[in-house]
Amino acid sequence: MSQLLLDVNGLTMQFGGLVAVNKVNLTVKNRQIVSVIGPNGAGKTTVFNCLSGFYIPTAGSVMFKGKEIAGMKDFQISRQGLVRTFQHVRLFSNMTVIENMLVAQHRHLNTGLLAGLFKTPSYRRLEQEAMDRAIFWLKEVDLLDSANRESGNLSYGQQRRLEIARCMVTQPELLMLDEPAAGLNPNETKELDELIIKLRDEHEISILLIEHDMGLVMGISDHIYVIAQGTPLADGNADDIKNNPDVIKAYLGES
Amino acid sequence: MSETILYLIQQLINGLTIGSTYALIAIGYTMVYGIIGMINFAHGEIYMIGSYITFIVIAGLLGMGMVSLPLILFIALVISVLIASTYGWTIERVAYRPLRGTNRLIPLISAIGMSIFLQNFVVLSQGSRDVALPPMISGGWTFGDPSLFEVSFSYMQLFIWVATFVTMLGLTLFISRSRMGRACRACSEDIGMTNLLGVDTNRVIATTFIIGAALAAIAGLLLSLYYGVANPFIGFMAGLKAFTAAVLGGIGSIPGAVLGGLILGVTEALTAAYFPSEYKDVVAFSLLILILLFRPSGLLGKPEVEKV
Repeated sequence: MSQLLLDVNGLTMQFGGLVAVNKVNLTVKNRQIVSVIGPNGAGKTTVFNCLSGFYIPTAGSVMFKGKEIAGMKDFQISRQGLVRTFQHVRLFSNMTVIENMLVAQHRHLNTGLLAGLFKTPSYRRLEQEAMDRAIFWLKEVDLLDSANRESGNLSYGQQRRLEIARCMVTQPELLMLDEPAAGLNPNETKELDELIIKLRDEHEISILLIEHDMGLVMGISDHIYVIAQGTPLADGNADDIKNNPDVIKAYLGES
Repeated sequence: MSETILYLIQQLINGLTIGSTYALIAIGYTMVYGIIGMINFAHGEIYMIGSYITFIVIAGLLGMGMVSLPLILFIALVISVLIASTYGWTIERVAYRPLRGTNRLIPLISAIGMSIFLQNFVVLSQGSRDVALPPMISGGWTFGDPSLFEVSFSYMQLFIWVATFVTMLGLTLFISRSRMGRACRACSEDIGMTNLLGVDTNRVIATTFIIGAALAAIAGLLLSLYYGVANPFIGFMAGLKAFTAAVLGGIGSIPGAVLGGLILGVTEALTAAYFPSEYKDVVAFSLLILILLFRPSGLLGKPEVEKV
């Protein structure tokens, strides 16, 4: 039986008098793809920012692996195994693809100055492992041929895939993707679709997704949450959502 | 060769010598700016402290009767780099880190305070008068026609060129090859993302201050051997010049700092050669104003792109 990986209860975020997120509940189980959808400005990214530690939620609890993470700093949360991408690509664009992958593993290489200076066997072993992991994930996202290119010179779709690979080398348990298909062409979207499913099925991680591409969302999600104006509107599987009159109203307006 | 050309060559040699030490100090400004977007105005004082340590160590070793010049220089280098780096690290820890994330003017004011503190600390502990050293590296080559103009290139100047070159080579290797260098580059592109990927960015920032201080200490050693005198106030002007060099080359860019330092050194030497030498500072800082007016991102800096 799968258990709860992420359990969000009554998440609320207020900016002054504005309630951006109002009592959102959300759960992600192990090996699940969960999507959050809603019209523009519904507060989806705000939810992400609360979960990943960019904002400290005004109220509510965020349990990750049974541990309260609301109020933790962003890097502490990412060390717990919850990592995210952003709406816009945030690669180190002047560095090569492989360097991007290695920086993300800096923490695992923390062996001290002297070990690095004298290249002790344990240091070399860790470096080799980091390199192997980087190469493994570059293969998974089909970027191995571009390993020595500057990441800023990759195509947009490749940059998106590199971001996911860079998250994966940190060995997360929950990957949060903020509009990963934005700006991709249909072909690239299809590849992304396959990649996300592969992450779940082969690498056994869970994915929390914000996406506007309904084809992608409906096709791959195990569970979908709909938010409108910061408030939860509906949740269920793809068919439930497609046929929910409230959701249709929120997207298309009253007829 | 005619007299004018020989004279010009001499000025270029002098200018490149001074310019390479400006470059060493400028790297400290530019690396810190590249990572945390702050001008460390206490950096010139680190150079001054590096000079003082060099003086104290060399005087001490000479007093103990040590005669081997390479050994004296090596010990002076190691001690002054170690102590100056400790200062650099400490300054970041006590005066800047607690202020990180505040309005960017606040650490700047803290830096100016730190600079005044260090200057007066040295005045009180070492006295405000000049300290002097006997010439350590003398001799050199001369060429050109003695009846016209003789160009001299001293061993000391060669030493400065070689030492600067080796230091910069070491820094380049560190930045491009090492794990920490990689993290430094990542921080200078996007420190928030680097932090999120689990890199201890505080440690990267501390490392940057240590490296900057070490380079300033090397510059301090080279210039104290070159000039033979130092006082507690040399850090101010050297700091301003190096800052100008960093802005000239494009603040945040290490090759830019080197280029800016060399251009500034040569410009000063040429000004002093053809105009009254008091004008060299006027020209140096006019250059700063012109660059800020017409190319604020500097020669090798990237224009600031407004992030959406």
